[in-house]
Amino acid sequence: MKAKIFLAALAVSMFLLAGCAPVDLNAPIPSFETGVDPSTWAKIPAGEFLEGQEAEPVVIDYDYEMMLTDVTVSQYTEYLTAALSQGDVKIGEFNGKKAIVGFYPGDKFHGVKHEERIDPGDWVFIPLDDPASRFTFDGTKFAPLPGYENHPMTNVSWFGSRAYCLAQNGRLPSELEWEKAARGPSTGPGADRPFPWGEEMALNAANFYASRDPFEEMSTFGSRTSPVGFYNGKTYGDYVTVNNASPYGLYDMAGNVWQWTSDVYEGMHYRFMRGGSKDTYDMDLRAWVRNNATPTYFSPGVGFRCVR
Amino acid sequence: MQFIQTRFKYLFKTTKGLILVAIAMIGLETALFGMLSGPMAELGVRDWVIKNLGMQIVQAEREGRIIILYHSIAMAVVAIETYMITSLVRMKPFYITAVRVLITVGYLMAMIFGMGFAYWGHNWALHGLYITGLSLIFFAGVLLTIALWPWDKEYHQTNPEYASVKGLDMERVAFFATALTTLISVLFGAVPGSYFGNGFETFLAENIIRIPEKTTMEFAVIGHLHIMLALICIMITLIIGRWLDFKGIMHKIAMPLMILGAIVLSLGVWGVVTPLEPVAHMIIYVGATPSMLAALLLLIWSWAKLIRQGTAHLQKPTFLQKLSALTDDPLRFGPTWQMLFMNFTVSGIGIFMAIKLDEIFRVWPAREERIELTGHWHVLSAIVATIILLYYGDMIGLKGTLRKLYGWSIIILSDIAFAAVTIFEMKRLFVTEAEQQPLVNTVMLLMDFGLGMLLVVLAAIMVWRLTDLFKGRGRWTEEIDQELAQEVK
Repeated sequence: MKAKIFLAALAVSMFLLAGCAPVDLNAPIPSFETGVDPSTWAKIPAGEFLEGQEAEPVVIDYDYEMMLTDVTVSQYTEYLTAALSQGDVKIGEFNGKKAIVGFYPGDKFHGVKHEERIDPGDWVFIPLDDPASRFTFDGTKFAPLPGYENHPMTNVSWFGSRAYCLAQNGRLPSELEWEKAARGPSTGPGADRPFPWGEEMALNAANFYASRDPFEEMSTFGSRTSPVGFYNGKTYGDYVTVNNASPYGLYDMAGNVWQWTSDVYEGMHYRFMRGGSKDTYDMDLRAWVRNNATPTYFSPGVGFRCVR
Repeated sequence: MQFIQTRFKYLFKTTKGLILVAIAMIGLETALFGMLSGPMAELGVRDWVIKNLGMQIVQAEREGRIIILYHSIAMAVVAIETYMITSLVRMKPFYITAVRVLITVGYLMAMIFGMGFAYWGHNWALHGLYITGLSLIFFAGVLLTIALWPWDKEYHQTNPEYASVKGLDMERVAFFATALTTLISVLFGAVPGSYFGNGFETFLAENIIRIPEKTTMEFAVIGHLHIMLALICIMITLIIGRWLDFKGIMHKIAMPLMILGAIVLSLGVWGVVTPLEPVAHMIIYVGATPSMLAALLLLIWSWAKLIRQGTAHLQKPTFLQKLSALTDDPLRFGPTWQMLFMNFTVSGIGIFMAIKLDEIFRVWPAREERIELTGHWHVLSAIVATIILLYYGDMIGLKGTLRKLYGWSIIILSDIAFAAVTIFEMKRLFVTEAEQQPLVNTVMLLMDFGLGMLLVVLAAIMVWRLTDLFKGRGRWTEEIDQELAQEVK
């Protein structure tokens, strides 16, 4: 009897200890060429679209362009290397740890409950010592980790995202611009689509939590990003993807990484994100779903793209 | 025909039959619709259920569907509490019959037609019947409140062991105050609800928590959902106190606290739609404190009673003998234990979040905060459900090993799940996003195991009760004339 109790206790202990198992953040990642060029921009013509869960018509009365994909690790590391050499960013600290920081002119403070000051000054762009980051840094030069060149840039704050877009003569999209780009114009069948490709969700249409894509391993390290534009209808080995392009041809407007947007709202310091990510269930991939965080927040599940 | 008539009479005309039907309905609904989310969705069960049951799931209507789902389960829980009250607390037979008829028809209509509307297309006739069901439940509540009127001399308390003021039965006042505040609080959901689709958009409260400017109707809905759950908790505490025959000095202190708590808590929540909004939270804290203190007094009193009764044959019981006496009957120990456990999984977490909100929780993204918000009230609701199931185990006469097995299964399985949910909610305190998967897998498995096995236990009981109904002299025949007031411990 005692032996049985001991064995049962041992089994339970081992099961619980499994929850503390270390995660191999550098586990090999499959490499795929998607054929999608991340330097391409798509034109979003002026006009009406259906906004929000209730699909209310809203007009954006100007044309704009949006990046076809999220900004990649390659693109961002290239920018950082140049920005560091030009003195636009510098090595600083965030929460007591080394980080790349850069100037932000600050926001007007309204003193609303829970609002925090965002004063002019240097703010974190990216952390330097975070094991979840997908780049290397030798003191002067940034480079993508092998295999992650065409993955979305993650672990980047709102400040870091904004600065990148400004450097490309662009800016972060507003929430409305982002949603219009994801859902398409108000005319035509399915204009109130929740997902860029339509009403139905499919496991192979986007990278989301437990979507069984080739990059995740739920029993060990969990979900990981997929290359930008991966879900374009191509077949990779035996993995068939659905083309998840929006009516304007934008990829990954649902899933993979949350995307920072530009709006600064009165009385709150939070910045909003759209699109859901590899770490969220499909309900968060619906085009109107909003997430938010402090602008200093960075995560392996948050990236961005720009408009101009 | 006689066969059906007798069973129908048991299921819909007796206290224990009505409670059995409501528990079965909740069990069925939980099992069916639980397959549409979480691990069942991950395993592909959701897609199979949707396809094979012909559900029509529209992405934009998820929030609306969930609101109807929550309401239909909550209405059955409110019905169970009502059946218990009408069997435990003295009232005129007319009211007992009227309240039970209305609430039974009401919750069944709300559940069946509400879910039909939400998950099987939009037949607006079903929506109308759903609203009719909710209205019947409200009217049952009006009659229940009238039936609980405590100032009638017929209901004065003459036993000095119970709390009373000049004969006024304070426990009855507590039941009355809770019923009345519940009725008023219903309006805070009903009024904004009537504007859905008419300039007021459906929303889940956890999704707008960080938006500093909220409309009055949004505040009303947020207040409604909080106070309704709080009052369901206060009511189940009163019910358990009555079942255990709560009395003595603790009772005399606890009942005024219960009354004060229910009223002040409600006033605080109602205040969110008034100019008092900036101080409403402070009033809520002031109201919650006496309610929780009263529950603590019930716990102390009931544990002392269990120990006293269990060690009566011993001259000088040791600590272990006292502990053994306390935990000997899980069905009588369980409800108050669950109330205590709630402090670790709900109240404690809530207080910690309130203290560290800006410093910790508001630094995390909103989706993390949403996990904490939804987690804590799911656990609180489930704790109420387990307390009902523990009481139900006593009602159906479980004895000996089976009683212990049933009781401890509910306590241990649910507490494993609730503890796992709590760790899941708070995981960011001790693990980063990138490194969380092993921990998530472990706690998810514990949650699924705990809740899944709990449903298996419930299913076993329901299967037993179903087969029992086919027996000519089954357990159900004994329960026909049994009232809960006769079984006060």
